[in-house]
Amino acid sequence: MNMRTPVKDARGLGSAKDGVHHWWLQRVTAVALIPLVLWFAFSLAVHAGSGYEGMRAWVGSPFTAGAVILLVATAFYHAQLGLQVVLEDYVGNKALQVAGIVAVKFLAAVLALTGILAVLSIAFGG
Amino acid sequence: MPTDNRPLSPHLQIYRLPFIVVLSITHRIAGVANAVGSLLVVYWLVALASGPEAFATAQAVLGSIPGLIILFGFSLGLFYHFGNGIRHLFWDTGRGFELHTAHRSGQVVVAGAVVLTLLVWIVALATGGA
Repeated sequence: MNMRTPVKDARGLGSAKDGVHHWWLQRVTAVALIPLVLWFAFSLAVHAGSGYEGMRAWVGSPFTAGAVILLVATAFYHAQLGLQVVLEDYVGNKALQVAGIVAVKFLAAVLALTGILAVLSIAFGG
Repeated sequence: MPTDNRPLSPHLQIYRLPFIVVLSITHRIAGVANAVGSLLVVYWLVALASGPEAFATAQAVLGSIPGLIILFGFSLGLFYHFGNGIRHLFWDTGRGFELHTAHRSGQVVVAGAVVLTLLVWIVALATGGA
């Protein structure tokens, strides 16, 4: 006797493959980016004329460094989610599409890490 | 049954795109542009971390006329995607889909993007930057 329900055959077969995880994280990162982007754009504008030393002092202060790190991490996570959908929608060739998505994800990770390490090295006076 | 020689309905080149449709594809284009623009932010942070010479180079590149034009476009695309993203979050609650409402919210988003962009550049120029 088979105790399994037909749901096991349906799981993972939707176009998203993994349910609402992607959709939900795109929304969560979007909400996080609302204050981060507003704050960064206007704070940067305020500090635009402060020169090398002034800019390092601002970026390296604990609050700014923390917020910029959050911004970089969230922005690149949000960006690779969005670029993934763009590639899924417009690249018909499956091999090219998967390669593009993987490349985008690797690139986003490298760029986010580079930005975060730059902020940390400023914060720790490197 | 062959399906590749059926008549096609008039496509993108035939229809005049409604305002709402233009806003929709612009959201995507702006999103991709923002991803490219965020490279500039990383470059600028790395320059600031690398020392005064690298930072001076970055400031000169970004402060040149082409650099400022790109930064202005980046800020406009950023604030458009920002505002329209908030519009999408409202739609996620199931509200605002009536045609006139969607039209009006689109107008608000475009106006908001222009205002925020001008505001941020006024602040930057007033504090002696750029």
